[in-house]
Amino acid sequence: MSTESKEIESLVNRRYEHGFVTDIATESLPPGLDEDVIRAISARKNEPEFMLEWRLKAYRQWLEMTEPEWAHVHYPKIDYDAISYYAAPKSDSDRPKSLDEVDPKLLETYDKLGIPLHERARLAGVAVDAVFDSVSVATTFKDKLSEAGVIFCSFSEAVENHPDLVKKYLGTVVPQRDNFFAALNSAVFSDGSFVYIPKGVRCPMELSTYFRINAANTGQFERTLIIADEGSYVSYLEGCTAPMRDENQLHAAVVELVALDNAEIKYSTVQNWYPGDEEGRGGIYNFVTKRGDCRGANSKISWTQVETGSAITWKYPSCILRGDNSVGEFYSVAVANNLQQADTGTKMIHIGRNTRSTIVSKGISAGRAQNAYRGLVRIMPQAEGARNHTQCDSLLIGKECGAHTFPYMEIKHPSAKVEHEATTSKISADQLFYCRQRGISEEDAVNMIVNGFCKEVFNELPMEFAVEAQALLNVSLEGAVG
Amino acid sequence: MLEIKDLKAKTGDTEILKGLSLSVKAGEVHAIMGPNGSGKSTLAQVVAGRDDYEVTGGSVTLNGTDLLDLEPEERSREGVFLGFQYPVEIPGVNNAYLLKAAVNARRAHAGEEEIDAYEFLKLAREKMALLDMDPKFLNRGVNEGFSGGEKKRNEILQMAMLEPKLAILDETDSGLDIDALKAVAEGVNALRSPDRAIVLVTHYQRLLDYVEPDHVHVLSEGRIVRSGDKTLAHELEARGYEWVREAVNA
Ligand SMILES: Nc1ncnc2c1ncn2[C@@H]1O[C@H](COP(=O)(O)OP(=O)(O)O)[C@@H](O)[C@H]1O
Ligand SMILES: [Mg+2]
Repeated sequence: MSTESKEIESLVNRRYEHGFVTDIATESLPPGLDEDVIRAISARKNEPEFMLEWRLKAYRQWLEMTEPEWAHVHYPKIDYDAISYYAAPKSDSDRPKSLDEVDPKLLETYDKLGIPLHERARLAGVAVDAVFDSVSVATTFKDKLSEAGVIFCSFSEAVENHPDLVKKYLGTVVPQRDNFFAALNSAVFSDGSFVYIPKGVRCPMELSTYFRINAANTGQFERTLIIADEGSYVSYLEGCTAPMRDENQLHAAVVELVALDNAEIKYSTVQNWYPGDEEGRGGIYNFVTKRGDCRGANSKISWTQVETGSAITWKYPSCILRGDNSVGEFYSVAVANNLQQADTGTKMIHIGRNTRSTIVSKGISAGRAQNAYRGLVRIMPQAEGARNHTQCDSLLIGKECGAHTFPYMEIKHPSAKVEHEATTSKISADQLFYCRQRGISEEDAVNMIVNGFCKEVFNELPMEFAVEAQALLNVSLEGAVG
Repeated sequence: MLEIKDLKAKTGDTEILKGLSLSVKAGEVHAIMGPNGSGKSTLAQVVAGRDDYEVTGGSVTLNGTDLLDLEPEERSREGVFLGFQYPVEIPGVNNAYLLKAAVNARRAHAGEEEIDAYEFLKLAREKMALLDMDPKFLNRGVNEGFSGGEKKRNEILQMAMLEPKLAILDETDSGLDIDALKAVAEGVNALRSPDRAIVLVTHYQRLLDYVEPDHVHVLSEGRIVRSGDKTLAHELEARGYEWVREAVNA
C-alpha cells in the first residue's frame, strides 16, 4: 500500500464516540421465541385482545418465511432463539411522569450523546418521545400538542388510549407478512411512536424521537405509525445511537406512514448505531422496513435519511403513490466505513395519475466498506403522466471500498417520464494535499469534501438537524490524524 | 528567509533531488528554470510537505523554522504557499468556502479573529478585479470545470488572499494566453514586497518578461547547476537547456 492510501485509510479510521453502556438493570425475558413469549410481551403491556391476536397471526406467518438473501450484504446466520425479545428499564411498572422522575443515569446517557433532552426540547421547541430500550421514559410538550389535537405518544399508550386508530391503520402500509423482518417485528414489537395529526392541522412543532439500544443481547423491534389526516402537515425527526458492545444486535423496526388527501409528512432520520469495530465485530444489524402510503390525492411523503451507523443496513424507505397527483421524495446520505455494509435505497410505486417522485442518493464508502444503492421505480398501468427523477452519486474514500448501484425500473404506462443519473467520484490524495497546502487540516478537508458532496440532502433536513447530521458525518469519517 | 541546504529526496527507489541548495532572502524573486523532469515540481512539493517524497538528507528552513518537521497545513499557516502546476478539482466544495477556511486557518494560527463574511467578500472582490476574474467564480466548485487559465488565476487569487511569506509558483505561466499571463504577472507583482519571497518555477522565459527576477537558477537532474541574474534566463532562452547540460558535463 502506498503512503498516500495508508494516510487516507488512517484518516477514516475512528473510534465510535458514543460507545459506553449504561447499567440500568433491565427486566428482560429469557432468550427464545414461541407463542408464550408473545403472550408474555402482550400481557406485560396490558394489551387488548385484538393486539395479541394480531401479533400471533404475524408470528405464525413469520414461521413460514425465510430470511431474505438478495441484498448485497453478508453476515453470519442469526440465531433467533438466542435473542431476548423484551427488555425494559427497571422502572417499567412505575413509569416516570416527568423528567425529574427519570433515572439520572439515563439522562446522563443522553447527555454523553450530546442530547440534553430537556434543554434540547426547550430550546428547539421540539417535543421528544424518548425511547430507551423498548419503553418510552420521557414525553414532553404534550400540552401544546394536545391543544392542537395532535396525538404524539408511545405506541403502547396509543394501543391503550386510541385503539380504534391503531386498529384502523396498523399494518395497512406494511402488512404483517410483507417481509421476514417486518413479520418478526409485527409479532414481537416492543414499543415505538404513534402520531396522529387531525384534519387541517399543521403540527405546531417538529416531532422528535431519540432511539437508543442498550440492554445486551436484546433485539430491538420498534413500531412507528404516523397518520396525517386530510390537509395536515407534520415533520418527524428520528435519531439514534447505541453503546459499544460485543455481540451483534438485530434491529428490525417497522415504520408506517399514512398521508390522506392533501396531507404532507416529512420524515427525517439520522441513524448512528454502533457500526462494530474495525473488524466489524459487535455492530448493529439494522434491517428496517419503512414505507409511506400517499393514500390521498395531492398528498406528499418525503423521506430524508443520514445513515452513518450500523454494521449492516438494510433499508428502503418507500412511497406508495396511490393518490392522484401525490408526491414521493427520498433524499439519502449513507456512509459505510471499515467493514460496514449498507444496502439501502427506496421504492417509488406510482399508482395514481400524475404522481411524481424524486430520488437523491449519496453513498459514501471508506475503509473496506461496501455501499449499495438499490432503488425501484415502478409505474403501474393506471399511473398516467407519472414522473421520476433519480440521481445516484457515490463517493469513495481510499482504495479498498466499493460502491454498487442497482436501479430497477418497471414502467407499465407509455406516458411515464423516468430519468436516472449516476456518478462515482473519489477523495484523492491530490485533493487532500491541496486543501492542506491551504492550511486546512486533513480532517477538515475530508469533512469539507464530504459535506460538499452531501449538500443537496442536508438542505432537506430541518435546520438544527442538518447541523447535527453534518457533525455526525464528520465524526463518522474522523480519523486518528496527526 | 528560505534556506535549503543539500536537500535530497526520493520517491520509491528513485532519487529525484540530489543535494540541492538554495537561499532566498525576503523581498527577492527567484526563478527556477530547467528542463522537464529535472525536479522542479518535486522541489516545490517537498518544500510544501507532500508525503509522496521521502526526504533523505539536508534541511529546509523558513526564517529559521525547520519546515521538514511540520505537517503541510502547518507549513501553510507558517506562510508557505504553493501555486500548483495542476490545481485539482474539488466538486461540490464552494470556492469561497475553501478560500475563507484557508484565510481563517491562517488567522487562527496567528491568534487573530475570524474574518467576517462582509470583509471577506470585499477583499475577495478586490483581488478578483485585479486578476480580471468574474466574481461568479467564488460560488463555483473549487476549480470545477475551470479552464487551464482560470485554474491558474484561481491559484493567484488564493495567494493574494493568504498573503504568504513565501510563495512558490509552479509553472503558473504554462498554458496561459497572453492576457491571462499578464493578469497573473500583475497578481504576482502586486504581491512583491520587502517582507515576502517569491519563487517562480518556470519552463520558459516568457513570464520573466513581466515579473522580473532578482536571481535565476537552472535545475538539472536534481541539482542547481547554474545561478545568475536575469540575463541567465535570456541566455537559456537563446541557447536551450542542452547548453547547460553540456556545460555541466564538460
Ligand atoms: N510521485 C512521483 N512518483 C514517481 N516519480 C516521480 C514522482 N514525482 C516526480 N517523479 C519523477 O521525478 C522526476 C522529476 O519530476 P518533476 O519534479 O515533476 O520535474 P519537473 O517539474 O522539473 O518537470 C521525473 O523523472 C518524474 O518522473
Ligand atoms: Mg513540473
